[in-house]
Amino acid sequence: MVTGKRQRIVVVGHGMVGHRFAQAAVERGLTETHDVLVVGEEPRAAYDRVALTSWFGHPDGAEGLSLLPGGEYDDPRVRLVLDSVVTEVDRDARTVTVVSPPSAAGDLLADPGAVTVHEYDVLVLATGAAPFVPPVEGRGKAGCFVYRTIEDLEAIRTASETATSGVVIGGGLLGLEAANALVQLGLDTHVVEMAPRLMPVQLDAAAGSTLVRHVERLGVKVHTGVVTEEILGDEQVTGVRLADREIETQVVVFSAGIRPRDALARECDLEVAPRGGVLVDEQCRTSDPHVFAIGECAAPGGTMYGLVAPGYAMAEVVVDALLDGPGTFTGADMSTKLKLLGVDVASFGDAFAATDGALELTYSDAVAGIYKKLVVSEDGTRLLGGILVGDASAYGVLRPMVSSGIALPDNPEQLILPASSGVQLGMPDEAQVCSCNDVTKADILHAVAEQGCEDVAAVKQCTRAGSTCGSCVATVKNIIEDHFASVGKVVDKGLCEHFRLTRQELFDVVAVHGYRRFDDIVEAHGTGRGCDICKPAIASILASQTSTHILEPATAELQDTNDKYLGNIQRNGTYSVVPRIPGGEITPEKLIVIGEVARDFGLYTKITGGQRIDLFGARMEQLPVIWKRLVDAGFESGHAYGKSLRTVKSCVGSTWCRYGVQDSVGLAIALELRYRGLRSPHKLKGGVSGCARECAEARGKDFGVIATEKGWNLYVGGNGGATPAHARLLAGDLDTATLVAYLDRFLMYYVRTADRLQRTSTWIDQLEGGLDRVREVVVEDSLGLGAELEAEMARHVGGYEDEWRATLEDPSKLERFVSFVNAPGTPDPTIAFTTERDQIQPIAPALIPVGAPA
Amino acid sequence: MTSLTWTAVCPLDAIPLEGGVAALVDGSAVAVFRTHDGAVFAIGNVDPFSGASVLSRGIVGNRGDAPVVSSPMYKQAFDLRTGQCLDDDSVRVPTYEVSVVDGVVHVGGAG
Repeated sequence: MVTGKRQRIVVVGHGMVGHRFAQAAVERGLTETHDVLVVGEEPRAAYDRVALTSWFGHPDGAEGLSLLPGGEYDDPRVRLVLDSVVTEVDRDARTVTVVSPPSAAGDLLADPGAVTVHEYDVLVLATGAAPFVPPVEGRGKAGCFVYRTIEDLEAIRTASETATSGVVIGGGLLGLEAANALVQLGLDTHVVEMAPRLMPVQLDAAAGSTLVRHVERLGVKVHTGVVTEEILGDEQVTGVRLADREIETQVVVFSAGIRPRDALARECDLEVAPRGGVLVDEQCRTSDPHVFAIGECAAPGGTMYGLVAPGYAMAEVVVDALLDGPGTFTGADMSTKLKLLGVDVASFGDAFAATDGALELTYSDAVAGIYKKLVVSEDGTRLLGGILVGDASAYGVLRPMVSSGIALPDNPEQLILPASSGVQLGMPDEAQVCSCNDVTKADILHAVAEQGCEDVAAVKQCTRAGSTCGSCVATVKNIIEDHFASVGKVVDKGLCEHFRLTRQELFDVVAVHGYRRFDDIVEAHGTGRGCDICKPAIASILASQTSTHILEPATAELQDTNDKYLGNIQRNGTYSVVPRIPGGEITPEKLIVIGEVARDFGLYTKITGGQRIDLFGARMEQLPVIWKRLVDAGFESGHAYGKSLRTVKSCVGSTWCRYGVQDSVGLAIALELRYRGLRSPHKLKGGVSGCARECAEARGKDFGVIATEKGWNLYVGGNGGATPAHARLLAGDLDTATLVAYLDRFLMYYVRTADRLQRTSTWIDQLEGGLDRVREVVVEDSLGLGAELEAEMARHVGGYEDEWRATLEDPSKLERFVSFVNAPGTPDPTIAFTTERDQIQPIAPALIPVGAPA
Repeated sequence: MTSLTWTAVCPLDAIPLEGGVAALVDGSAVAVFRTHDGAVFAIGNVDPFSGASVLSRGIVGNRGDAPVVSSPMYKQAFDLRTGQCLDDDSVRVPTYEVSVVDGVVHVGGAG
């Protein structure tokens, strides 16, 4: 390789595998020496195609599936160009020709799109696969679709609006996914499969018929062993003719497999495999050493792999090769576990007992719809493969037994019998737990034992295990728990030495017993006299459940530092004061008052990130006088000091902005006033943007609202800080009343169940079921909690009072605001200021020597 | 002990139960606490980790057998009986004698 000069990598395709390549290039330092240009054909950045069907669950939810929500990589040396097609590869000149789309406004003739030519040192083909549409007569009629991209799904949804019935041609994995989508769209759904059973590649006859019973129970009609002869209708589909019958339908989805997209490679005379796919070696190098192919367009050793995990592995192998590493791709575990139409299905290893002398052990329960088969070696000592339908809970243990070859127990049938104790069998360390991201049990144990990960969310972040299809999350959780149990560490979810209960349990205990005093709670459910962990947690729980002022005698001494003085303590013991400015909207008169107060008290003044103004340097005894000036001018506490709602940030919205489609300021003010003062496990921030340009950065907030033409999209679980997170779509196109109802439920559900100091993003991640769980509870109201949560919020809203004003009106609460109890006129002598850029700055108090005489 | 000068600080009930107040004793800031069992303790008010005079504003509770206050600044716990920081062996804050006479709290010079 040429040294000193940066090498250029061009990646063709930005699907899941192309994205993984770019990600790995950044993470493994390849971008230190290489510039990466990724050219994607779809209008959006890579998204989770495996979870495609879930897109129907949240309309306008393309963002929810995105693997690169911001649309660009953090590393500026990786450039992503979307909506563009590589039309030609010149291997001699080492260039690719890229055609970008015509500008949306211009007409095609005047503006045919930009044609650019890019040089490469390394070319990576990640063009994926295309759906295979069998040559059935009439397959081009309107109403015929494939199932691969978000655009496909959008088209199917539109067609379904006027349809009553839909037919899926193909009863494999993807076909059943597509059927699931049609069911969700309310269509009378049929599946037509040429083979005698569903999922012929993964399942045997008995498993297939068990699956059929499940699927038919959901109202899907299954036609197996029949060929589709013709799609009926004039221009528009009206029906499907099978060998022996006709089905009336308006929507046909072809899902009869995929074919590698290798046209670009063929055109530039790269070798391709006989059954399609760019032929590559174990390093995924094509017949041209400067060109690699990865994912579904590649055929390592002549075989293409239609799963994401092998594609990811190939991406890693190429990055490794470019770093002169030893990685190779020599085939992949094609095991599959998934939930199809709510039914667990798994197939792994030698599922069809193709190995010489292999024996089969089966268990089936037709009533419960469970079928399990183990394939074991002739001598009965090793597990070779298996099939599970209806209950795939043993998959996590069984599949690694195949790859590791550990000895079977004497009674292997125990592994598949109901309530099997055999599931307790240990899994070897080298067993692969997450096949999507190639994470072994040892990797997870390393993360837990060496890297301080204590729960699934942390392990996910550290190892990526469970972050793609999620099917291994339960196994990951078990491994973590087993580990802690084995090292004798009680996985103690208790708050602190005084309480064995979690915050959620404490919350429930307080609600059930109606406790109002710490003493009662600690006597009945804890030990000792509390500490700086449990006392503020209980103070917060009491504040969430009552509307009592936090400085009432029963709770004043429980409050955390800042709550106790209704201000934010600063490094020299002074406080900062933040009046509420709802939505960031303020009149000039009020702005002048803030300026006057700051000037008169000599406070350092700074604009905050939450669209308000922070006044620093107030001595504790000055706080009430400062509040009085502010309250008299119509201000109230901004709760900047509390684990509570801070601000709801807004852009200027449709009232002024020429792009705005809704009044974002009006909504932000309403939401901020509704939720002000709500005590929660951690601070809460909100944002409202008036259009998709998202100028309020709402998706960086715990709850973010973005205007659409039809209403509001609600996003949850975002935050900035050390571990930034983008909020994800909870529900789309809501009217304002529904939006508020969902927000009431979401916030109260969080307040009730999150751990102490857990932001919404980590709370959602550690919930069993994650965001889907939140959606079930908040949107679908599956627990029937909706009305109760809304009522709790209504109680909070009705009971709100300004904490500053209430303190000013109660002399007993003001007593604590003195410098010295015996010398109230003497200010704290350790507080002093200097001047910097025309404002005060604290002088660090002289640190007293440690180990001062006792 | 005989050389101690006592400063009357405040009535006992001016100190909240499991709370503290700051007092000025011979020019030094002293944090005076009342624990749940009614006992009164006094330690230096300056938090040795930040240098700010704030310990009286901390949360009072216990760690094991020790009655403690945790600093409002960085949350280290200090044993109210000895001034010892329980999170850093090398750090200790001064302690002061306390006596309650006729319902009034008196603090002695540094003990």
